[in-house]
Amino acid sequence: MRFMMLMIPKGYETAPPGTMPDPKAVATMMQYNESLQKAGVLLALDGLHPPSTGARVSFHGGKPTVTDGPFIEAKEVVGGYWMIQVRSKEEAVEWASRCPGSDNEVIEIRQMMEFGDFPQPK
Amino acid sequence: MDAADSHREIDAIWRIESARIVAGLARIVRDIGVAQDLAQDALVAALQQWPEEGIPDKPGAWLMAAAKHRALDWLRRDKLIGRKHEELGREIAREQSTAGTDMEAAIDDPIGDDLLRLVFVACHPVLSTEARVALTLRLLGGLTTAEIARAFLTSEPTIAQRIVRAKRTLAEARVPFEVPRGDELKARLSSVLDVIYLIFNEGYSATAGGDWMRPALCEEALRLGRILAELTPGEAEVHGLVALMEIQASRSRARVNAAGEPILLLDQNRAQWDHLLIRRGLAALARAEGLSATPGKFTLQAAIAACHARARTAAETDWARIAALYAMLARIMPSPIVELNRAVAVGMAAGPHAGLAIVDMLTAEGKLANYHLLPSVRGDLLVKVGRGSEARAEFERAASLTANERERKLLLDRAAACELQ
Repeated sequence: MRFMMLMIPKGYETAPPGTMPDPKAVATMMQYNESLQKAGVLLALDGLHPPSTGARVSFHGGKPTVTDGPFIEAKEVVGGYWMIQVRSKEEAVEWASRCPGSDNEVIEIRQMMEFGDFPQPK
Repeated sequence: MDAADSHREIDAIWRIESARIVAGLARIVRDIGVAQDLAQDALVAALQQWPEEGIPDKPGAWLMAAAKHRALDWLRRDKLIGRKHEELGREIAREQSTAGTDMEAAIDDPIGDDLLRLVFVACHPVLSTEARVALTLRLLGGLTTAEIARAFLTSEPTIAQRIVRAKRTLAEARVPFEVPRGDELKARLSSVLDVIYLIFNEGYSATAGGDWMRPALCEEALRLGRILAELTPGEAEVHGLVALMEIQASRSRARVNAAGEPILLLDQNRAQWDHLLIRRGLAALARAEGLSATPGKFTLQAAIAACHARARTAAETDWARIAALYAMLARIMPSPIVELNRAVAVGMAAGPHAGLAIVDMLTAEGKLANYHLLPSVRGDLLVKVGRGSEARAEFERAASLTANERERKLLLDRAAACELQ
């Protein structure tokens, strides 16, 4: 089964464009990424630029409306993700627990829907 | 946290750590059976202590230290220890007294050498193929005997016995716990790759709706392949095998319909292919091709799979390249099945007459006499060159050879369609 580990850094919702993580934190995170890779569980990972450079498209009344970032109403935003393939949710939790996260960071673990989870069109 | 929760948590940690621990212990005690028992003892200790005391900050290090304690005790107890063991025991005891709490260090394995040794021992040629498979899944995959039994549709005692016997065989043959060097490495690595691919195919051949444990074998084989690729980054064929498995796995959700019936590659909905796995597969293939100018059997098969993966529609398939790759594959792995596949590709690339020439040669040589796909492919090519009545006979023959009911019906339908032409 596949899981997304969504990294949610507090404060990232208001981070100015071009905000980059601390190089030391990057180095320890690279070691962590390597351990995922060596264990054969890592499928993909990416970091995301802060929302101040992004946009949101909402569909109120079925009509797309674009709002440019930052999004004042957002309390927390995703800063990056790992996609891993493991055998149980507990294993995903264990891998997330080994992340060298800092005080302001939270990792949310979400199982990815598999093809068979969707209702099939007849 | 209740007991069941913490057991599940410990189980997850164990799955992550067990191979590394067994491998580290095996280097010390030089017997994978003993290593596995000692590792198991460490797990039992964790199951007793952690639910009460909480899970330690570094559970992997805790387990490793607990396992090492037991290994040292075992070495001391063992009256028949050889000099090597004694030396190792002293060395570890020394480290233990100086390193204090850092007990993990002595059997720590930062580069993964122990793990690689364990891979080679589990896939040792002294063992039967099925023993290699069971041992690999047990020691490296961390699967229980019950899980392995379920995956291979056999009983738990059968698997348990197979593993016990395999460990005994390794001990009796005094198989050294080491990574083979030089020429031997190539042959031994090829045995490892064959075992992993066999595990993959066991899962891949199971159709939808079956037991979940069988498809899980695909994931397990992929994981083992990815680990091996990290342990032996310079080996082209390891990346070739990973590429092949990633690309084949990318099609898993497109290859059966809702009723569980197989859908042929060219008829699959390519939008349902897993493009993340395709990307990973193509990257692994590029690595393999960059490492060796003479591709091996897995790299070639991956290159063929990649031709299909790259084609946005079935019509865009580069059949000429596939035919050329099959010709290369036939040279290093001569087999009538490869030749039959080449005939299909040549038929698509250069026209049905050219494909037919290859199939006729196989028929004349009496190869694959009872293999239903030979008359099936020949029938297909005969239809294309307008020899309908001969095609009908071939489809009927193919239908009589297949044991699969669905396939038989499909072939008889094709035979009947020849009538109408």
